[in-house]
This record gives sequence, C-alpha cells and structure tokens, in this order.
Amino acid sequence: MADILFYVFAAATLISALLMVLSPNAVNGAIFMIVSFVSTAALFVLLEAYFLAVIQILVYAGAVMVLFLFIIMLLDVERDDGNYLKDKLSLAASIAGFSLVAILIVSAFAGGQHLPETALLPVAENPVGEGAGLEFTTSAKSFGYSLFTKYMLPFQVTGFLLLAAMIGVIVVSKKHEGEVGK
Amino acid sequence: MTVGLNAFLIVAGLLFAIGLLGVLIRKNTLVIYMSLELMLNAVNVALVAFSRYNGTMDGNLFVFFIITVAAAEVAVGLAIIVALFRKRQSVMVDNLNALSR
Repeated sequence: MADILFYVFAAATLISALLMVLSPNAVNGAIFMIVSFVSTAALFVLLEAYFLAVIQILVYAGAVMVLFLFIIMLLDVERDDGNYLKDKLSLAASIAGFSLVAILIVSAFAGGQHLPETALLPVAENPVGEGAGLEFTTSAKSFGYSLFTKYMLPFQVTGFLLLAAMIGVIVVSKKHEGEVGK
Repeated sequence: MTVGLNAFLIVAGLLFAIGLLGVLIRKNTLVIYMSLELMLNAVNVALVAFSRYNGTMDGNLFVFFIITVAAAEVAVGLAIIVALFRKRQSVMVDNLNALSR
C-alpha cells in the first residue's frame, strides 16, 4: 500500500513541477507549484517525518506560495509565448544540464559503484533512554531536543537571519525621498 | 514500505533537474524564482530520505533550517522583484539588461 502511495505521490510531485515550469501563465504555474509542495509533504509522511510534512504545508504551500500568488497578481505580468527553446543558448543550457543529471543518475544507481540499497530501520515514537535524543523518531520532541542541544548555534543564527530579512524587506520596499510621486 | 533510499534519491534528482530546467528556459523572474524554490525542495526530499534511512535526526533538522531560510529568502527576493518592477515596469529578464548597454 505504502509503495503504491510512494509512486502516486512521486509522480504527482514530478508532473506538477514539470507543468509549473512549462505553463505560460504564471498564476497556473503557482497553483501547480502548490500541488507539487503538497505531494512532497505526502512523501515526507511516507518517510515518517510528520512534523516536517506539517511545516512543509504550513510554510511552503501556505505562506510562501500565497506570497508568490499575491505578487504575481499584483504585478500582473504578461504571459510567456510558450515557445521556450527559441534561442540557442537556453536550448544548449538545458541539454547540458539534463545530461549532467543523466550522468549523475546513471553513475549513482547503475554500474559497479552504486549506492547500497539500505533497508528501512525501525522507528520509535518517542526518544527513549539517555543520549537517544538525536536518533530518528516520529515525535516533535526530537526536534526540540536537537534544536536546543546540538543545533543551538544554528538555531540562534537563524533567528538573527529572520530579523535581518525582516529589516531588509522594510528597507528595500520603502519609497525613497526622490521617488515620491513618480 | 519496500521502496528503498535510491527511489527517493531519483525523485529528488529529477525534481532538481526540473527546477534547473525552469531556471534555464524561463524569462519571467517570478517563475525563475519559483524554480529556485523547487530546487531547494528537491534537496529537502533527499535530506529527509537520508535521515530516515540512516536513523538520525540531523537530516530532518537541516530541512527545518532550509525551510526557515527559504521563507526569509522568498520575502527578501519578492521585495527586490517588486522594487525592480517599480523602477523598470517589467519582470522579464530580457528587459533587465541595463548593465550591458
């Protein structure tokens, strides 16, 4: 059952991502992007990262994509003509990029030196015992424990980053003195 | 679930490639920006898969930080795009060539 769900949601993620890239209308693209993010959240559920699945839907499919849709509709951008490969440079660039990915996939998953196919480890619901806080569990408790022990410094730095981003956005979007009335 | 780590990594690789394709072929700055988010998302899938199959929490924590940074980045980037639109009345990369003239 979980296998079928994996294939369904992996296909939904990839197809809606491709539709996002190829749709001429940016609003349709944003809607396909939301579908892609929600399917990714489903993949997180299959990997038993429930907390991240919820965060993915709240932050990405919620806040970030609402911001994107808002800006797209506010700026009222023109449609693309849908003919993306008319200049030679982007054609060459996409061929080069996709051959790099093809080389990556072939070298990682075929031939003699492919990655080992590990089995799924059993997972506890809650961290048990001393020093087990950094092991993978399905509870949000593990996040709190890791954030306040091993990842204390990155946690604080991220807080400052959010503050800097907030101040930066206010400064960037402020009208300058000379611009008033333009 | 009998699906292995490699299946998730292939999905992540393909998702990253689709995001790269979007950055390379699209001319609309907003769509390019969404493609960048798609590439970040592909990395998230790979990290969560590694974390789950390795039995440690570190990958999940990385994804947590990536989502935070991506949210901040989206706010700043969209503010820059709005400021750009206010100055140039366009978000198409073909029209943003002031430095080449």
